[in-house]
Amino acid sequence: MKPKSNKRVNDVILQTAAVIIFFIIIVFSIHLFFSGHYSPGGGFIGGLMTAAALVLLLLAFDSKTLATVLPFDYRRMTALGALIAVLTAMHSIFFNLPFLTHAYDKFDLPLLGEETLHTAIAFDLGVYLVVIGVTMTIIQTIGESE
Amino acid sequence: MSVLHLAILLPLLAAPFIPFLFRALKRIHTGWFVLVVPTLLFVYFFRFISVTSDGGVVTETVRWMPSLGINFTAYVDGLGLLFALLITGIGALVVLYSIYYLNKDKESLGHFYVYLLLFMGAMLGVVLSDNMVVMYMFWELTSISSFLLIGYWYEKERSRYGARKSMLITVFGGLSMLGGIVVLESIVGSFSIRDMVANQALIAESPFFIAAMILILLGAFTKSAQFPFHIWLPDAMEAPTPVSAYLHSATMVKAGLYLVARMSPVFQESPIWLWTIAAVGTFTLFWGSFNAVKQTDLKGILAFSTISQLGLIMSLLGLGAAALHYDGMDDNIYMVATIAAIFHLINHATFKGSLFMMVGIVDHETGTRDIRKLGGLMTVMPITFTIAVIGSLSMAGLPPFNGFLSKEMFLKATTKVFSMDFFALDTIGILIPVVAFIASVFTFIYSLIIFTRTFMGKAQFDKLPKQPHEAPIGMLIPPAILAILVVVLGFVPNVLSNSLIKPAVESIYPTLVASGQDVKVDIYFWHGLTPELYMTIGVILLGTLMFFTINKWMGIYNRIPHRMTLNGMYDGSLVWSNNAAYRFKDNYMTGFIRSYLIYIFVFMSGMLLFSMWWYDLFNFSFGELAEIAPYEYVLGAVIVLSALAILFMRSRLPAIILLGVVGYSVALFFVFFEAPDLALTQLVIETVSVALFLLVFYHMPDISKKEARMRFKVGNAIVSVLVGVTVMMLSFMTLSNRSLSSISEYYKENVYDLAAGKNMVNVVLVDFRGFDTLFEIIVLAIAGLGIYTMIKFRTTVQRTKGDDANGHEAKK
Repeated sequence: MKPKSNKRVNDVILQTAAVIIFFIIIVFSIHLFFSGHYSPGGGFIGGLMTAAALVLLLLAFDSKTLATVLPFDYRRMTALGALIAVLTAMHSIFFNLPFLTHAYDKFDLPLLGEETLHTAIAFDLGVYLVVIGVTMTIIQTIGESE
Repeated sequence: MSVLHLAILLPLLAAPFIPFLFRALKRIHTGWFVLVVPTLLFVYFFRFISVTSDGGVVTETVRWMPSLGINFTAYVDGLGLLFALLITGIGALVVLYSIYYLNKDKESLGHFYVYLLLFMGAMLGVVLSDNMVVMYMFWELTSISSFLLIGYWYEKERSRYGARKSMLITVFGGLSMLGGIVVLESIVGSFSIRDMVANQALIAESPFFIAAMILILLGAFTKSAQFPFHIWLPDAMEAPTPVSAYLHSATMVKAGLYLVARMSPVFQESPIWLWTIAAVGTFTLFWGSFNAVKQTDLKGILAFSTISQLGLIMSLLGLGAAALHYDGMDDNIYMVATIAAIFHLINHATFKGSLFMMVGIVDHETGTRDIRKLGGLMTVMPITFTIAVIGSLSMAGLPPFNGFLSKEMFLKATTKVFSMDFFALDTIGILIPVVAFIASVFTFIYSLIIFTRTFMGKAQFDKLPKQPHEAPIGMLIPPAILAILVVVLGFVPNVLSNSLIKPAVESIYPTLVASGQDVKVDIYFWHGLTPELYMTIGVILLGTLMFFTINKWMGIYNRIPHRMTLNGMYDGSLVWSNNAAYRFKDNYMTGFIRSYLIYIFVFMSGMLLFSMWWYDLFNFSFGELAEIAPYEYVLGAVIVLSALAILFMRSRLPAIILLGVVGYSVALFFVFFEAPDLALTQLVIETVSVALFLLVFYHMPDISKKEARMRFKVGNAIVSVLVGVTVMMLSFMTLSNRSLSSISEYYKENVYDLAAGKNMVNVVLVDFRGFDTLFEIIVLAIAGLGIYTMIKFRTTVQRTKGDDANGHEAKK
């Protein structure tokens, strides 16, 4: 946990592996996120998995490298996620429906064929972003606090 | 809003303008503007005499809170009008007096007259309200304004002490009275006093009769300074003298008498009412007069004398209730008690007001009120002396003055107690005239003391702070008017009989008036060689004898130690209750989280176990439980063993790892119980939290790292076992008492049709119960931002202070 030790040690294996595994985890987390409505998964666990992938990068490199590669402000991401969730929940009131009424329909999409699109996915996207934002905010702040 | 309402509220409406007048017109004493208010009101209320003297009443209602039965009903009858005239009349004189008493350059007159007007309006509201809640409102306003007036010279410690004391006692009584009002309302169904009088039989039959009576009487006794609540009145003498004259002799202390008189029609059918009021009043009469003799402060004497005279009126109001029990007689002799009460009430207001103003003059012109320093002022202040003699002799009950007449009537009423042959009044009741006689002797003595010690004897002007001289004429006019009234009422007492006293007495006996009995008010100077005349002669002889031998028996006052006196008890009880509250607080508010957790856990377990026992819910049935698979035994054993092992770990690191073991085992349980979403989440969250625990452990200060394993405490062990057993019992109970089928069937059936999903957990989370999720992510966001803020804020503090010790502290 001593932050300075990472700089001196040569972590070639860890860093190489991390970059490859990062994409595997990210893809897995996106899969979890999208498959949530039909099989285990969803915004929460998907967000945690994405955060785990980012933490892996944090472990292999340092926080400054991560900040240059992925320049996200995670506190804004939290706010954005909460906003998306609230707006999704709110959209129904413009159609004279109760708050948080979801809508869905089947669409014929150009590449994917006939698929069901559901506003719940937007709500889940909010959850996803909040979870990533919060997890990363906590880990980053604690990590940089020394 | 009628003119009557405006009249009642006029002082309150005028009050806000006073500070502006005080600021803007510095050259004119603010009192002159204030003087207009009571004078106008007095003239206005004077016109009502023609209405009430024929038994008429005036009623005006303003709807205030009709849905609660609370309306501002102004109600003018004989009793209310009498008080209204006293309040406005003496109010005008007091304001005039205060103009000369208070210096417009040195005192904050704005405050004074605002408080005084508040008080005047409140007092008018008390005596002219028919609705008891409205009356209570005005009642408390008198307490508050009196508090403000007593504490007018707030830099003085004694003023603050007196103000607080009077506040505590009168508000205690006021709140009791509110309780009584609520009880009465619950019986009658109305807050109106007239409705209560009309339903007096209903109240008498009610089981709450005694409770209501005692609560109402507590209000009256505290306000009117009856024993043992009289102790606030002597301390209230720290107020400016106009205030003492107005509030603490003529008006506010009579609010209790007003209340007793007003509620008499409701309660007086009961002998308990007669006995309670007569006994309390008579004892107060004796106690006040007995204590007045030992005072050395002129205002102290007058305070105790007021207590004593209020007791006299109170006891008369009690004795007057006997009239109802003998309504067969042609000439109802018991009614004389009530007539005497009303008459003495007027007389007392006149002579006590003039005496207070006289004392104020003496204080103002000599700089002291201590009778040990005063003496020989007769030649220097002849007018003041005359006023003092008239007032004192009237108070003592000597012939040419009005005090004599009411005192004679009082003695007559007490001697009639013998002939009441009910409720032990013919035996124990003998105490009433005896005590009354003794009290009259003491009254005679202190009345003599007031003017002999102040104005006669040897002059010792060198001891006085100022060179004495006669007061300015404006200061002498108000007491002179009152003194003239004393004499006039003494010589022609019947001038008030039909106009004021008769209607007032009639409002106390509505049932007698309704039954056609005539109230005869006829006050003579000479009424023959009656027992009361001999009693008066006895009072004068014995009083004179005791006055000249006063030094021989003054010693009896020093026999009672301070701790045993009522003041001592009051002070002691304040200190005691303060200390007791602190001790109580210190005992259970230990400041340790451990103690509070123990309270919470013990209370929770106790409540749950008790209610389970109370409703007999221990009949567990395990018929519907599923089979236990072998791996569940294994997993259960792992969890139990690791949880137990945490307790016995020497270091914190293995404890954290064991906690991780428990968490992952729980995730496994989720897998076995077919909850894949939960299992996934649990795995990740457990990993994160163990990592955070390790982080915290890494940053622990070195001292606490060394600490060996958790110390064993029997109390903690018992409490934790208790909580465990309780929760287990609760789970068994809920499992075996499940009466409704689960809602999950609905979700199972509709998850695809309604929400186009197949993962039921996720659909419930984002669709069926999306609201929970929405706010859970908000919770997460707050937690994240909270951590961010805590850490960032801490580091900035550290940086600005820049010392290591502080940073070390903050890390904890």
